[in-house]
Amino acid sequence: MQPTRTRAIEKIKAMKAVKGTRRPRRRRRGRWLSRLLSLHGLLGYIFLYLPIVILVVFSFNASRHAVAWRGFTLDWYAALFTNKQVGAALVNSLIVAATSTAVSTILGTMVALGMERYEFPGKLPFDALLYLPIVIPDIAMAVMLLLFFVLSRMGLGLMTIVISHIAFNISFVAVVVRARLAFFDVSLEEAAQDLYADEWQTLRRVTLPLIMPGVLAGGLLAFTLSIDDFVITFFTAGPGSTTLPLRIYGMVKLGVTPEINALSSMMLLASMVLVLLSLVLRKGGGEGIELA
Amino acid sequence: MTPRQNAVQLSQVSKRFGRVTAVDDVSLTIEDGEFFSLLGPSGCGKTTTLRLIAGFELPDRGDVFIGGKRQGETPPYQRPVNTVFQNYALFPHMNIAENVAFGLIMRKVPKQDILRRVSAALEMVRLPGMEHRRPDQLSGGQQQRVALARALVNEPQVLLLDEPLGALDMKLRKAMQLELKSLQERVGITFVYVTHDQEEALTMSDRIAVMSRGRVLQVDPPHEVYERPLNRFVADFIGETNFLVGVVKAAGRGKATVAVDGQLPLEVPAERLPGTGEEVTIAIRPEKISLHAEPPDQRAVAGTVDEVVYFGTNTCYLVALTDQTTVTVRCQNQQVGQHVSFPQGARVYLHWQQESVRLLRE
Repeated sequence: MQPTRTRAIEKIKAMKAVKGTRRPRRRRRGRWLSRLLSLHGLLGYIFLYLPIVILVVFSFNASRHAVAWRGFTLDWYAALFTNKQVGAALVNSLIVAATSTAVSTILGTMVALGMERYEFPGKLPFDALLYLPIVIPDIAMAVMLLLFFVLSRMGLGLMTIVISHIAFNISFVAVVVRARLAFFDVSLEEAAQDLYADEWQTLRRVTLPLIMPGVLAGGLLAFTLSIDDFVITFFTAGPGSTTLPLRIYGMVKLGVTPEINALSSMMLLASMVLVLLSLVLRKGGGEGIELA
Repeated sequence: MTPRQNAVQLSQVSKRFGRVTAVDDVSLTIEDGEFFSLLGPSGCGKTTTLRLIAGFELPDRGDVFIGGKRQGETPPYQRPVNTVFQNYALFPHMNIAENVAFGLIMRKVPKQDILRRVSAALEMVRLPGMEHRRPDQLSGGQQQRVALARALVNEPQVLLLDEPLGALDMKLRKAMQLELKSLQERVGITFVYVTHDQEEALTMSDRIAVMSRGRVLQVDPPHEVYERPLNRFVADFIGETNFLVGVVKAAGRGKATVAVDGQLPLEVPAERLPGTGEEVTIAIRPEKISLHAEPPDQRAVAGTVDEVVYFGTNTCYLVALTDQTTVTVRCQNQQVGQHVSFPQGARVYLHWQQESVRLLRE
């Protein structure tokens, strides 16, 4: 039998205990290393972004030949807006992007909710499969989809492009929404159910409003991916379903003109706006949930 | 007088999570209008018990009855109970009024009634005029009151509270304890209160169920749980207790004579009589013991003062008996200048009323 240990004894021991703290040692070396790393980083950025800057600059070049600067002009942008083929391709791209984004956002969100909230047999393999479209090369996915459409005797056209884009976008939406759900406090859903909301009302009034920034971010990402996809679209497109990237490719075959530079610049701008918006949505509105 | 209806009844309820039995064959009857606490260390199954009543978990075995109705697999949103969550779980995308109104909106209460009841509920928890604030603009204590208003506005048969004061600082917690108690008396709703804080349970409850490892060890009013613990766990968990091991010398007529520390045998009241020669534990609270320089009578136990700790309202003496067992004694400091009556190393005699001692069997 041990002698009774009382709280008083513990209290005394705690008072007697000496606290040992150590100061972190300051680093003197590494200043040069850090400068070298900064330079390295800078070079990396130049390598990545210089071609883009050149592309944008030359889209304002008054010369037909893309190599020498002959003064500022907006002519190429004007030509772009009157080009019927480019207009038709833009419409196709928007149809494909809008439809595939809408469908994949809904399906992707449902997948994310299902994976995050429920346990079911075969969840792990399903989880792995879900990430597959993100990691496998576009070209493999393109060939696979083309084979699928040929075997199932579907005529290639806008429809097959839309289906293909949904196929890869679901994964991206699901990943983004799941990241949001990981921070979601389940007791909020329990609180809703405790306050007489059934499963559907809980989803509509509590879960969806709180994960909405994630859903929107996923949707925007899907839209961006869809509108500038080339490889998969190239394989699954049919006559009359030329999208903007396919049109640009067709134009480049006849030589790189400032018109293409202008078109690419505009796509670049649109993509950047969408990605930025998606980032803002993903970051914003999160404080409330983490607090709760 | 009509017999009091049972608000909640648990009948041989068990719940397992994988290999862990969180709630093990628990039977409880909670009366209507009662402030009932589930008390125990973390992992004892008290929160799971609460979640079984709320319907967030379904029992593997046994039945849960609310207001005499068997719950079966009734989902949470169809049970006449509301919960105050440990982290409050206020909806961050709604303002305070929308939070409080949520349950009423879901039950399709007419709009005028909702507005009236929401402001009445906020009035009740002393947060009037906060309707348009957001949860993250409120302090912890205020969020706690909103959570309370959000549950009480629905006038549930039973209010379930899962350590609602756990996140508040000491002073606020004390104030909220008294406030919760008076609120419960005012509204007359049955409260089922989960806590690991024994002091909280003692001050607020009508009855306490002490739980350990998924089992209910004792269900009694606070003074009974404190003064007459049924077993060693309860005696140890609630308040401070000295456990002395002794051997039964004789037993009979509701009393057992126990020899402790090789000293003179003590008479201890016993409800179930132990056999002669059996090793037993006797429990005595530190504040029930008095210290004397000379033995006041035959029943005093001798010891030496090991340590003296001054606590303000009382002074704590750690007294070593001859077999090295340490006994804690708390003496109230009733007079100024008498805070240390016995210095370290002093020879003292411990004395207590016979009824203060509890005989426990392991």
